Amino acid sequence: MPESVTVADLVKANRLDVYSGEDHLDRLITTSDISRPGLELTGYFNYYPAKRIQLLGITETSFAKGMTHEKMLDVMRKMCQPETPAFVISTQLDPPEELKQSAEEAEIPILGTKLTTSRVLSNMTNFLEGKLAERQSVHGVLVDIYGVGVMITGDSGVGKSETALELVKRGHRLIADDRVEVYQQDEQTLVGAAPAILSHLLEIRGIGIIDVMNLFGAGAVRAETDIDLIVHLQAWKDDNHFDRLGNNSESQKFFDVVVPKITIPVRTGRNLAIIVEAAAMNFRARSMGYDATKVFDENLNRLIKQNSQNK
Amino acid sequence: MEKREFHVTAETGIHARPATLLVQSASKFSSEVSLQYQDKSVNLKSIMGVMSLGVGQNADITITTDGEDEADAMTAIAETMTKEGLSD
Repeated sequence: MPESVTVADLVKANRLDVYSGEDHLDRLITTSDISRPGLELTGYFNYYPAKRIQLLGITETSFAKGMTHEKMLDVMRKMCQPETPAFVISTQLDPPEELKQSAEEAEIPILGTKLTTSRVLSNMTNFLEGKLAERQSVHGVLVDIYGVGVMITGDSGVGKSETALELVKRGHRLIADDRVEVYQQDEQTLVGAAPAILSHLLEIRGIGIIDVMNLFGAGAVRAETDIDLIVHLQAWKDDNHFDRLGNNSESQKFFDVVVPKITIPVRTGRNLAIIVEAAAMNFRARSMGYDATKVFDENLNRLIKQNSQNK
Repeated sequence: MEKREFHVTAETGIHARPATLLVQSASKFSSEVSLQYQDKSVNLKSIMGVMSLGVGQNADITITTDGEDEADAMTAIAETMTKEGLSD
């Protein structure tokens, strides 16, 4: 379920100034779309997207200056709908008097920034999309290993949290244990975070709940990360075939994002943390253009060719 | 102990993919399975060992199985060889 976002959250995240309406910052924002009212200023209100943040820049405010007071007040009152969350004025411009008056009547805050319209537009869109995206709760552990976001999945008791603990001890960062809140940030990016109540916590059988930030310091935790790789831990079975060369292409899909996945057999005595760490490094090397399996394969084919010609 | 010779007919030799499959069939059995090529012998349950030989087309290889299920192991490996077009 998407989190609810208030105007106050937006102000805090984008460091906006509050010009008026401080008492009404608890208004809810329900869409990540942002409206730039242009035609509305001319009086055309069909399709006016009232529930969006209304962003006014140089073009809009300078056009407004040419309007009569009565016309302007009429337009501004129409723009201040009960579902309109807030007005944002870019480039440190002064809000028109008529807007101040109508926004006050409708109890809608007016916010401002010194950033340009396009910059504040993209900042606000990114923030709102992250906050309002659909979320999925996944059973797993999310760790940042050398900048690679690795989600460790597997049945209960297979050793996910214990692996995470050792990874943290080895200098990597914990994002979430047991429950990862996953959302799609854009077409290719999947982001995971901990539910607020669980952040920084790990549950280790036999010890109970430990606070990783408290035990290992601020460097051991991270609020959220892109999910680049899924490492699935599976109990060892003799008749199961595991990837021997690293050339299979398993993956798992969340929303529209396909995330590469590897399955690691778990057997007592295998040091899982080091294996997961190596998997992350190998993934990193691969995304930087070096694929050990591919290089080996090419070398092998060359050797085979040579051996064939010797005949 | 069972011993059998194979003549590798596949143009690409025993490259990564068929090597994996051979190792998979060999690993199902408890018998010791080895592959001999020229004067080198490797454990057929070890993937890196098998690939390190770089067995090419027209090579003659000898496969040996030794243990309780040696006959079944040999049959399974021979089957994989034929199925993958490595040998007739």
